[in-house]
Amino acid sequence: MDLLLEGVRQALTLVLAGDSEIWAILLLSLQVSGSATLVSLATGIPAGAALALARFPGRSLVVSAVNSGMGLPPVVAGLFVTIMLWRSGPLGGLEILYTPAAIIVAQAVIAAPIVTGITLAAVQQVPAEFRLQLLALGASRVQMVWVVLREARLPMLAAVMAGFGGVISEIGASMMVGGNVKGQTRTLTTAMVLETGKGNFEVAIALALLLLVLVFLVNWALTSIQQRRAF
Amino acid sequence: MTRSPVLALAQVGVSYGGGEVLSVEALEALEGEVLGVIGPNGSGKSTLLRVLGLLERPTRGEVSFRGRPVDARSALAERRRMAMVFQQPLLADMTVAENVALGLAFRGAAGDGTERRVAHWLERLNIAPLRDQRARTLSGGQAQRVALARALVLAPEVLLLDEPFSGLDEPTRAALLPDVAAILRSDRVTTVFVTHDRGEAQALADRVAVLIGGRVLQLDETARVFHAPASEEVARFVGVETIVTGRVLARDHGVTVVDVAGHKLEVAAAGRPGDLVRLGIRPEDVTLMPPTDAAPLSSARNRLTGTIARLVPSTPGTRVVVDVGFPLVATVTTRSIQDLGLVEGVPITAVFKASAPHLIGPA
Repeated sequence: MDLLLEGVRQALTLVLAGDSEIWAILLLSLQVSGSATLVSLATGIPAGAALALARFPGRSLVVSAVNSGMGLPPVVAGLFVTIMLWRSGPLGGLEILYTPAAIIVAQAVIAAPIVTGITLAAVQQVPAEFRLQLLALGASRVQMVWVVLREARLPMLAAVMAGFGGVISEIGASMMVGGNVKGQTRTLTTAMVLETGKGNFEVAIALALLLLVLVFLVNWALTSIQQRRAF
Repeated sequence: MTRSPVLALAQVGVSYGGGEVLSVEALEALEGEVLGVIGPNGSGKSTLLRVLGLLERPTRGEVSFRGRPVDARSALAERRRMAMVFQQPLLADMTVAENVALGLAFRGAAGDGTERRVAHWLERLNIAPLRDQRARTLSGGQAQRVALARALVLAPEVLLLDEPFSGLDEPTRAALLPDVAAILRSDRVTTVFVTHDRGEAQALADRVAVLIGGRVLQLDETARVFHAPASEEVARFVGVETIVTGRVLARDHGVTVVDVAGHKLEVAAAGRPGDLVRLGIRPEDVTLMPPTDAAPLSSARNRLTGTIARLVPSTPGTRVVVDVGFPLVATVTTRSIQDLGLVEGVPITAVFKASAPHLIGPA
């Protein structure tokens, strides 16, 4: 127990003293996971909306695939993205393996099905009659989808939270495609694994606290938007 | 003056999997008229309206807007010349004013004019004070008024109404119906109004199409559909409860004498002596009186005495089935039931004018 308390005390000292390496790691994590979340929103929202509104053969298969993708293990995503970005791989020419860009790609792959799946559910819970009413008021298909998404904005915020929460805390993919390179691709989670392995508990605890606070702040901000709009 | 059709269907059919749920050879909504479409639930009314609103492509046939057939390419542009209101208000989670402006926004017509037009229609539907309220806080009647304002603000060339009063409780409906009727009359909005409620159709429609089993069985002026239904099926749906067969005996001074179960009924409709005819009589056209009373000083020419076979509670009033050799149905207020002491088995006299019975198609 002393170990933990002492760790927390030292961690707070580190954080408050403004340890530059720790803050740099925090900033990188925020940038990488934030970007990945944005990419997953940009792809997942249209995909989820299209999947909710379109009717085509094999649709239920695709929906099942998306729903399974919501539980995609990060290491599997990491493996897949590593192979794609490997020097001799299909996208090797980009030469982004072991850079923050590679982590963004991998995390976007993890978050996209989450965003797609939640969007799909959110749009589907808006009654079909409402969509018909919008078309009957002269909406084009794009305008109709826009209003439907606006109508589903509360569950859509859950998509943002789930997407960001999923990638900020994952480690497998970041480790595999980022390589945990000091000062370049070291994120909160990969640094924690490293420091814990080295026995530097106070650093690992400091990182853990920052991760928890970060996740809490983001969700708190989104939740307060969600709850304010609810009434 | 002949009015030109705004919206027209030709040889339209809609099939889902098995058979056709809608089969309409021709139907036109004329400039400035309110065309009622009535029929029982599941008769294809809503499907018909979705086809007219270009929200559903028919399996066969053609929809024309002002004489020009609509194709997939022009559908959005034509759709923007119409507006539709459904049974549920289906408001977006915005303020009342934002909801009413929604269709204008879709047309890229936002601007100064929008606020003025929105205010105008909120005023006309008596919901101006609700302007900044969130739509989800409204009552059912208020919400439906918003839905109507949202459609009317678009100045649609055709307004399509799909059972807009059916989701409302009776007092709310009674308040909204005359308001809508007044707007449609004064602005001469070309309207197609779908309802299962015969009273609503009589209150609003200039012409009525009776849709049963996906087919238009009669299309005529409203009064004619209700008082001269073209077939027994239509007659039953529009509320004609007594339908009997008789033989024409004579035709004299504009009155046809028809023998029905031994009674010589005088009917103000043309008939050839010797022909078998079907007669329909609406229950509200039949008056009941004690058999001892003298004949009333009115043009009621038919006086039949029988016994009360059954009392059937319904709205409005009670249906009284009188056995006069055939079952003759009359509508009587609950008050009269008590005043006349009407119970099953008592003798009673039923009277109706020569204009009450009408001939239903060929016998």
